[in-house]
Amino acid sequence: MRIRPWQTLIAIILLSLAAIWVDLPGRSLDPFGWKENITVRQGLDLQGGIQLVLEARPPAGVQVTQDVLQGTRDTIERRVNGLGVSEPVIQTRGNNQILVELPGFQDPERAVRVLQRTALLEIIDTQGQFLPVGTVVNTTAGPASEAAATPTPTETTLTPATTGATPTSGASAAGETPIATPEATPTPLETPTPGGPVYETIITGADLKDAYPTTDQFGNLVVGFELKPEAADRFYQYTSTHIGQPMSIVVDKQVINTATIRDAIRDRGIIQGLSAQEVRDLALQLKSGALAVPLEVVQSRTVGPTLGQDSIQKSIIAGLVGLSLVALFMILYYRLPGFISVIALLLYTSYVFALFKLIPVVLTLPGIAGFILSIGMAVDANILIFARIREELRLGRAITRAIEEGFNHAWPSIRDSNISTMISCMILFWFGRYVGATIIQGFALTLFIGVAVSMFTAIVVTRTLLRVLLTRGIFRDVRWYGISPSQIATAPASAD
Amino acid sequence: MFAGMAFRRPKSQLHLHLLIERKEIMLDLVGKRYYWFLLSILVIVPGMISLVVHGLRLSIDFTGGSLWELQMSRPVQPGEVRQVLSQNGIDDAIVQTADNNVVLIRMRELKEGSPQKDQLAQALRTAFGDFTELRLESVGPTLGTAIRNRAIIAVALTTIGILAYIAWAFRNTNNPFLYGIAAIIAMLHDVAVVVGIFSILGWLRGVEVDALFVTALLTVIGFSVHDTIVVFDRIRENLGRRAAPTFEQIVNYSLVQTLVRSLNTSLTVVFTLLALYLLGGETIRNFVLALLIGIVSGTYSSIFNASQIVVVWENRELHRLFARLRRQHAPA
Repeated sequence: MRIRPWQTLIAIILLSLAAIWVDLPGRSLDPFGWKENITVRQGLDLQGGIQLVLEARPPAGVQVTQDVLQGTRDTIERRVNGLGVSEPVIQTRGNNQILVELPGFQDPERAVRVLQRTALLEIIDTQGQFLPVGTVVNTTAGPASEAAATPTPTETTLTPATTGATPTSGASAAGETPIATPEATPTPLETPTPGGPVYETIITGADLKDAYPTTDQFGNLVVGFELKPEAADRFYQYTSTHIGQPMSIVVDKQVINTATIRDAIRDRGIIQGLSAQEVRDLALQLKSGALAVPLEVVQSRTVGPTLGQDSIQKSIIAGLVGLSLVALFMILYYRLPGFISVIALLLYTSYVFALFKLIPVVLTLPGIAGFILSIGMAVDANILIFARIREELRLGRAITRAIEEGFNHAWPSIRDSNISTMISCMILFWFGRYVGATIIQGFALTLFIGVAVSMFTAIVVTRTLLRVLLTRGIFRDVRWYGISPSQIATAPASAD
Repeated sequence: MFAGMAFRRPKSQLHLHLLIERKEIMLDLVGKRYYWFLLSILVIVPGMISLVVHGLRLSIDFTGGSLWELQMSRPVQPGEVRQVLSQNGIDDAIVQTADNNVVLIRMRELKEGSPQKDQLAQALRTAFGDFTELRLESVGPTLGTAIRNRAIIAVALTTIGILAYIAWAFRNTNNPFLYGIAAIIAMLHDVAVVVGIFSILGWLRGVEVDALFVTALLTVIGFSVHDTIVVFDRIRENLGRRAAPTFEQIVNYSLVQTLVRSLNTSLTVVFTLLALYLLGGETIRNFVLALLIGIVSGTYSSIFNASQIVVVWENRELHRLFARLRRQHAPA
């Protein structure tokens, strides 16, 4: 049988050139801008940042359905986008958790404050009272619950799939309880007397068309808001009949400011009395809508940027040293095929790295370890094959035949053993979803890709390179393969 | 034909590997199987005793709590830090110091963005000057239990998945489940070795077991079985061609044939892991250590345990052992 490896060789060369082109950093050799969005994505542990697991803490008797959780996730996503973090991760996890990763974000307090706050805005009729700032009130949209972890003694029922509160008085809706943890509220909550007055809610956050930071006539930074048309009508009707009376703006049941109605207002208003940072965050929270359920931080991970950069450098050095040791060992032990396998290993590295960039895989520290480990495992397939080739050579087979037989016989072992590693990778990926999330998933994914690609390079690349070399008579000498002619069995086996 | 035995040409300067590969040393690996089992037991038993007595030192991933890593602007003593913490109501913190003025504080859950954290940070600033926050990991107590359960499920699922795959891959042999079970026993051997050593390390050196440790364990499981399958595959092939007269000899021949490959593969993996262990970052050092121990153990168990278990079963040695015991204890 004549084997023509040249076509395959050309295909491998083209593939390798493409992979190396993708691997090149930045925009090098990129006249058409194709590589614009292809970058290495670094995980939290490498570039620093914040990871939070938020768990829904619904008031007593309330069920968190998937719809509610999804709605909350969407709200969180809008808030995260407002923070200006690039490549955030926001996932629901299990039936009551939301995972948020903010790579590169370095202000954990602010992140928690912005994400965790329920941000239910209400404008209430104070029945002529002038409520001081900081008062906690009960409203017709739902009573205030006590601070801290005490369960809410409330008859509130949660309407599924409602992200904002429904303005209809009487009907309670999602998200009216203030956040149950003290850190979410800047000042200690005063609990209203249980039998205290229930103020009527005129407008809620769900009636807002827009909210933004702006300035009032004195140049102070305030939150400006616009109402939707139907709410604007209702607001106009209320304000026009209550001129001269006070009206309070309440966020999460706490009075933010109280003002006297001077004029009938239709669709625009401002919220005064906040610091610059509070203005930006509240505008963002109002715009993104109220959270359907209060959330509590159950897991957090903050990594400063220096730790990660240090780790990258160390890992790269470790990877290079490991790769060199493997290369040295392969060449010394297996000679010519060993050298070929080192070339295959370098191509392997370039393919895997290109895939990491294209998929894209979020690179984490354990992920890099998985990649380096896969370098060691990638040569396993070649070791299996070369051991087989040597055996065949000693049996007295001609070189070309020995190489083909070596590959064919080694294949079942390579396939079966790699599949078992892939099974563990898949289960690891599932496990990672519930633990350090991207950290462990990164490891599982990189190892899986590594094992899959290693099968390709070991079988296709090494084989083709050896076949091409064998077209030159000089490479047919068995000494290239690490054994001396004297070791070959004298009984002539079938020659090709 | 048994052609591998055809040449014997001694050469003094040859490496042991090559000698084995050239069959100039014909090793009897299967015959000494009970010695190999004994060696495994000697390694595993101390670890298991430590596991029973001391358990594993679980990290905050499983117990809940916080790990706070700070880089101070001047060197500090753990005692000073503990004092500041206890003045702020935290009595049970574990404080360690590392290079570059780094301080590691393990304590009960400290929520990100909580007033308590602000208070502690302020107190530390007052006492030691400004610092950089390298990381803060916090896990709530209920989440820790959930992760522990997931970890157990993950190990169980991996075991079942691999058992099923081996039974399928070896469906043409006499007893496909025997190979699967032998591979699983070899794998449990490796899990026991790693867990046992980490229990001892936790007791002696305070090494903790975290979510990454579970990751390492699952990887070791995959690798261990990977290695075992290569040997089993040879046995399957040699059984097909009836390469030797008895089952025991076929297994021994298959082991010798794959020995060099097993050692070489482990060597390349050990090279890369050693480089990572010695040169890689501090954060993954224990993770790499677990992988290293597991892979060395995995190589051992696939050569010296897995196939030997198949032989023990096929020879019905356990039956004979029990029969002998029964005879001895039977009233005369």
